[in-house]
Amino acid sequence: MSDLSPNDIVIAQAGIGANGSVREALEGRADIMAMTQATHDAALKPSDPGGLSHGERAALAARVARLNEDEALAAHYMTLLEEAGADEAVAAMADPAHDGEGDARRAALLAYTDLVSTHPRDTTPEDIEALKSAGISDADIVRLSELNAFLAYQIRVIAGLKLMKATA
Amino acid sequence: MSTIIHEFTTKIPGWRPRVQPIKLDEATPEQLDALKVTPSNTKVSDYVLVLANDVETLKVRTPLFNAIMYNRGGMGRAERELSAVGASVVNRCVYCAAVHASRYNQLTKNEQVMQAIFANGEEAELDERQKAIFLFAAKLSKAPSEATEEDMQALRDAGLKDDEILDLILSASLFGWANRLMHTLGDPVVE
Repeated sequence: MSDLSPNDIVIAQAGIGANGSVREALEGRADIMAMTQATHDAALKPSDPGGLSHGERAALAARVARLNEDEALAAHYMTLLEEAGADEAVAAMADPAHDGEGDARRAALLAYTDLVSTHPRDTTPEDIEALKSAGISDADIVRLSELNAFLAYQIRVIAGLKLMKATA
Repeated sequence: MSTIIHEFTTKIPGWRPRVQPIKLDEATPEQLDALKVTPSNTKVSDYVLVLANDVETLKVRTPLFNAIMYNRGGMGRAERELSAVGASVVNRCVYCAAVHASRYNQLTKNEQVMQAIFANGEEAELDERQKAIFLFAAKLSKAPSEATEEDMQALRDAGLKDDEILDLILSASLFGWANRLMHTLGDPVVE
């Protein structure tokens, strides 16, 4: 069993200390925590981002964190957004109140992200058609879905670990 | 002709993609590697061929999925399936619910738990431990803020240890991921 990484985003976000019962449980699943970090890197900073830039991914991630009331995680993604050197129009996507301001492609990315992150059960075939109509390729629809799906996972692992810690 | 199904079932349906799966004969070496395609294993589902559109995520997600659901120790396999069903019911992923409810039934040889969940959702009559697991998975799936310290205490009161609770968090969260692919990128269908 490998050791937990000192740079593990989930563990840092959950505020898990160097000792204690939650840390011990995590050490037993160090392989899963390392794989979780690898999926973060693949969803946020893939070497081939396709039509969804690193900046857009970071902005969408900050937005989803905010939709889930996790400001600390949003701050992490705002740092990635800055590192990506994205322009203002992309950075604006991180604000849940921003709707794309008439840019059809960005508006479609945002509408889909808002729906899938908070009400996935309500998605219909029309939501995928709306992305296609906005000119988003099938491969980018999959990339967008994976990003959203990864974030749903990461946000929930962090929230669960915080509850574990609070009741330890 | 195939028909989209909307009701929960333990009979595993087909899955019809809403976006184009990659074509196996046009796959890159990286995609073939992520798909685990070998001369003796050339059968790949449409679902996985859809996901191969984002090969970098697919190749790290598959081992993560298998580790969370099948690694040794911690919470038992059937209870991880129960957790997966809790998420899938909330997210209305009929396909995921069918796969994991049927695995639960195979592992436990008891069909009553899934019948109760499909009929009554969070009001299902389950034993204390099953109920604590199912409700925690369901609430965490609705929104992270829905799961509370009281829900966590209910898990501890039902006898779950820290390593089991961690596996529950991981498996319920993992289906926040899986449901958002399966339920959004395709439809469950019967011929």
